[in-house]
Amino acid sequence: MTKQTPLSKKINHRPPPPPAGPVPWDKDFAHKLLLDMLRIRRLEEKAAELYGDGKIRGFLHLYIGEEAVAVGALHALAPEDNVVATYREHGHALVRGMPMGALMAEMYGKQEGCARGRGGSMHLFDAATRLYGGNAIVGGGLPIAVGLALAARLQGETRLTACFFGDGAVAEGAFHESLNLAALWKLPVLFCCENNLYGMGTAIERAESQTDLCAKAASYNMPTFSADGMDVVAVHATMQQAVAKVRKDAGPVFVEFRTYRFCAHSMFDAELYRDKAEVEAWRKCGPLRTFTARLKAQGAGGTKGGKAKLSEKEFLALDARAQAEVAEAVTFAEAGTWEPVEDLLKDVHTPEMAP
Amino acid sequence: MSKIISYREAMREAMHEALTNDPRVFLMGEDIGCYGGAYAFSKGFLDEFGPARIRDTPLSELGFVGAGVGAALGGLRPIVEVMTVNFSLLALDQIVNSAALYRHMSGGQFSVPLVIRMCTGAGRQLAAQHSHSLENWYAHIPGIKVLAPATIEDARGMLAPALADPDPVVIFEHCGLFNVEGELPDDWTVDIASAKVRRTGKDVAIITYGGSLPKVLAAAETLAADGIEAEVIDLRVLRPLDTATIMASVAKCHRAVVVDEGWKSGSLAAEVMARIVEHAFWELDAPVARVCTEEVPIPYAKHLEDAALPQPEKIVAAVKGLFA
Repeated sequence: MTKQTPLSKKINHRPPPPPAGPVPWDKDFAHKLLLDMLRIRRLEEKAAELYGDGKIRGFLHLYIGEEAVAVGALHALAPEDNVVATYREHGHALVRGMPMGALMAEMYGKQEGCARGRGGSMHLFDAATRLYGGNAIVGGGLPIAVGLALAARLQGETRLTACFFGDGAVAEGAFHESLNLAALWKLPVLFCCENNLYGMGTAIERAESQTDLCAKAASYNMPTFSADGMDVVAVHATMQQAVAKVRKDAGPVFVEFRTYRFCAHSMFDAELYRDKAEVEAWRKCGPLRTFTARLKAQGAGGTKGGKAKLSEKEFLALDARAQAEVAEAVTFAEAGTWEPVEDLLKDVHTPEMAP
Repeated sequence: MSKIISYREAMREAMHEALTNDPRVFLMGEDIGCYGGAYAFSKGFLDEFGPARIRDTPLSELGFVGAGVGAALGGLRPIVEVMTVNFSLLALDQIVNSAALYRHMSGGQFSVPLVIRMCTGAGRQLAAQHSHSLENWYAHIPGIKVLAPATIEDARGMLAPALADPDPVVIFEHCGLFNVEGELPDDWTVDIASAKVRRTGKDVAIITYGGSLPKVLAAAETLAADGIEAEVIDLRVLRPLDTATIMASVAKCHRAVVVDEGWKSGSLAAEVMARIVEHAFWELDAPVARVCTEEVPIPYAKHLEDAALPQPEKIVAAVKGLFA
């Protein structure tokens, strides 16, 4: 289902119609993904609160509104695949399996954090789940993803590398150089564009002469897919197709997820560049809201519907689990310790191996 | 048996050895394959090692240097050749924001064992956009090591320890040295941690690196004829600087001149002078002097280019100024 689109397609700031119909997954899987979306949402709501309290500092970029993308997409990957992400990556880290306590402690700047407090919110790294950042230079992760895929290829590994970036990155030279290299060398990279219509405060049509991002990617001679990023079912299905394509053809694929950021770009954003009505319209088709509604009304368990509907009690139990995990993560972070200042220079270079 | 070879041959041998001995090593860059390397450093490699390990890249410095970072993270030992330091400015983001930072920023989880080689310097009438000496920009960055092989021995010997290093290493090869021939000793293994005394003396310490080394050695001979014995220090490693070797020479000679092809303002020479003032101020019998490139874009015309760059006559004059 390589997508063909007219070159002059006008960008649309209106949300798509809310997804409807039964969820074609078994109940356990549907609830697992719902729980992951809740975990991200509750974590970030708490992070915003802690930012107000001064517990978390620096830049904090919330993913609220975009949860369906990380959850749907990353559940289509295998554990051995590599993930490269941006500075808006709390959700990606969580879904890949980073313990929430390590994530929260990192935002606190504590040494129990995933990067010992050196990175903070924007630089989450996790060798155990092959998460290579947490890159806060827009477009910076793309060439790295190409190199990770090259290393896999040359070492005979079958893992692919999924690289997440926003629509803003598409204007960077790194985007074009990376797509060209990956396509030229037929490397297993999944370029995952989280198109939330704004690069910080600049709307995509004010930044891109061609707002059809799939058309841009297609010019590098790779298959492209586009999915409603507000619909976790569509995200997952599209990502599965894209993953299969990368594994089968061993070349790169570009996937655009059309999504929307409900909160400000960071905690220092007065949101002068978009209408409140636009934000409100997108909130109405928020990924948690619509997915929950579908599961309650029509349930999961295949296209026939009617069975395994989500009860309010089940929903509240899932939400309570997410909130309890957040509370535990906060307790863990609060109890965390500061890395001794004597360790400041540690790991500027790799320590020499003990003889 | 020691042998006479060129700087180019020495570097080529070093890369050949690395590619032969370690399957994780591969070479990537513009025109390093079919063309044989812009300076013929990799001539014949494509046939011998194949296109998977000798990878011609598009003109995408940011892309392929970043791919080198990723390949290093993924378990390989890339040698990325950036044709010249001038073009490396297009890749600066990946070198400074990715390669140099990953180890520390990830809390020690990810190292980047990447070697980036590039040609540097002026002197071949290549004009302003192909004549930069920006070693000091890279030497400013914690997290990377910066090497400047100026001798046949270092051209042959520095690559192996650079590849063995678990962190990013940037190697600057001065374009004026490629055709220089010299004796390669039987044991050419070298470290990438220390400065070296290239000429012993007692009257003045001249500290330099890279393409300026032959000029300094020529100046030292002129000075010797006038009764001034210069000790010549080749920094070799521009980051981290080997402060001890510099200070030992300054303590012995009590006078110092720094020769640096970079522009004076914010130069590596400035850093060396600051360290001398910090560590050996009371040893000095005269102010520390320096010879740098004039603060002007490098002109094309030969006489103007010569006038812009450090030259043996300028070095001799600077040294004599300390004895006036």
